[in-house]
Amino acid sequence: MSAVLQNPSVIHAGNRIYRFRKFVNFALLAVSSLALAYGLFWLIWILGVLLYEGGTALARATLYYQMTPPPGADGGLANAIGGSLVMVAVGTFIGTPVGILAGTYLAEFGRNGWLAGATRFLNDVLLSAPSIVIGLFVYSVYVAKVGHFSAWAGALALALLVIPVVVRTTDDMLKLVPNTLREAAMALGCPVWKMVTMITYRAARTGILTGILLAVARISGETAPLLFTALNNQFWSNNLNAPMANLPVVIFQFAMSPYEDWHRLAWGGAALITLAVLVLNILARALFRKTD
Amino acid sequence: MRAATLNGSDAGISPTVTSDPQGARPAHSAPWMDTAFAWLTRFFAFLVFSLLLAILVSLVVGSQLTLQKYGFSFIWSAEWDPVQEQFGALVPIYGTLVTSLVAMLIGVPVSFGIALFLTELSPAWLKRPLGTAIELLAAIPSIIYGMWGLFVFVPLFQTHIQPLIIKTLGNVSYAGVLFAGPPIGIGMLTAGIVLSIMVIPFITAVMRDVFEIVPPMLKESAYGLGATTWEVVWRVVLPYTKVGVIGGIMLGLGRALGETMAVTFVIGNANRLAMSLMAPGNSIASALANEFTEAVGDLYFSALIELGLILFLITTIVLALAKLLLLRLGRSEGSRA
Repeated sequence: MSAVLQNPSVIHAGNRIYRFRKFVNFALLAVSSLALAYGLFWLIWILGVLLYEGGTALARATLYYQMTPPPGADGGLANAIGGSLVMVAVGTFIGTPVGILAGTYLAEFGRNGWLAGATRFLNDVLLSAPSIVIGLFVYSVYVAKVGHFSAWAGALALALLVIPVVVRTTDDMLKLVPNTLREAAMALGCPVWKMVTMITYRAARTGILTGILLAVARISGETAPLLFTALNNQFWSNNLNAPMANLPVVIFQFAMSPYEDWHRLAWGGAALITLAVLVLNILARALFRKTD
Repeated sequence: MRAATLNGSDAGISPTVTSDPQGARPAHSAPWMDTAFAWLTRFFAFLVFSLLLAILVSLVVGSQLTLQKYGFSFIWSAEWDPVQEQFGALVPIYGTLVTSLVAMLIGVPVSFGIALFLTELSPAWLKRPLGTAIELLAAIPSIIYGMWGLFVFVPLFQTHIQPLIIKTLGNVSYAGVLFAGPPIGIGMLTAGIVLSIMVIPFITAVMRDVFEIVPPMLKESAYGLGATTWEVVWRVVLPYTKVGVIGGIMLGLGRALGETMAVTFVIGNANRLAMSLMAPGNSIASALANEFTEAVGDLYFSALIELGLILFLITTIVLALAKLLLLRLGRSEGSRA
């Protein structure tokens, strides 16, 4: 007994190697916590600045009903807000059915075929592809051919950004639907198209809706693809065949300008977009969480 | 006919059988509807499938003029002079690569730390809110990062941090060139730092997902042998998920390379090749955002579209590699299970 105490074995809490390992462990885990704090720090800083700078602009009613002003004059962002809403709506309206149908093929028909596999792969690449390239694409195939910038082109570019998000979520969500549901429908003599539209779509409804919401959130803040397609417009426009004002491009133009008034409006627009996008994101998450 | 006989013989006994003719009717029209529906979805899947190719073709066609005039020398010529109609892509390519490299150098370790915290250290009740908060970094539109960068981050960086960096790192032999020059706030380093914040949520999400697929038994065995948490992560979790982690980093890199608005605000938009990270530069995406709508002349347009083509090729290759790596992890995971 006493011999053991005099000759402490290697396995002992006071062992130098042990202490060193414990220290390394402690230090690196502390660094890991700091990394998290670092990430949160930027989030809080950016959101704080937005609320601080944009808050006063958001509180002024003129922001919502006056048009974008010339430098030095007072004004609002009504035309930009309207234009953004129109283009996001049209883009979602075009992109969603395409995405859902393509996703349906991947999950219900293609499954493991070559087209499904290849489409899934390319769709994932498209999901993270630079949005400015999408803008260039729409410019070369549409704007350059028609000869003028237009809201249609902007909506088309946004639709191309919606598609990969919706394809991905539709595919994932339909694959989660248990096969027993499909088999039950088939056993009752239900044709495949009815089985898909009335059974599996319904089972995956919330998941698909989440995907659409996330897609809307993503395109609401997209600036790069609108630069070469919808361009901008100083006035309210109801003509989808002409350039249309939109929040992101107005923010870009106003923020890059040297005018104080324009900066203030740009902050207001920035706060508005961020709020909308964050609300959409949180809504999508809440909706999705209810299903699990 | 068969239905008729059933009706005639069994009508009184089994009422369900009488409904057979109605139930059978869709079965006659179904083959047609089914084929149509299947082809409709296949058509749209094919549309998505061909989209990437269509983008490639349109960019190649759009950049015909410069492709023919300069060939490959477009890539390594640093001259960009719209007035003289001389175009070379070296400066934007260099700026894109350097800013993305800076973003990765900062973003990857931070993302690893966050993923480690969320999977191994965080109490269960904090996992979700903290994870969501980090994911919200990805939800903030890139133009917001740009504006915040230009109006809030750049002035602070210029007055407090840049002079410090120049004074200390700027005097190191050889490497000092990277940090030399006047503190002007905007520049490639600033763009890289803003990008590093933007890629954190993407890399973290992948790392977190792949860390969570490590079989608990492996980790428990290591803990059972007396390993510390760090040793378990470094020697068990990381080797097991290596492929996925690299895939996640590539995914972040793909995002950083193509990021447009945030970079446009803070990079300085100068078509100059500079060694120093403090100097203003240009990236492919920011050159496009700044110059495209103001471009005049077919050659200028063609040069800008070729820039887009180069960006598209680089990001597509990086993203495809990322996807392949993640698929490989998924497959080996499947075979192990």
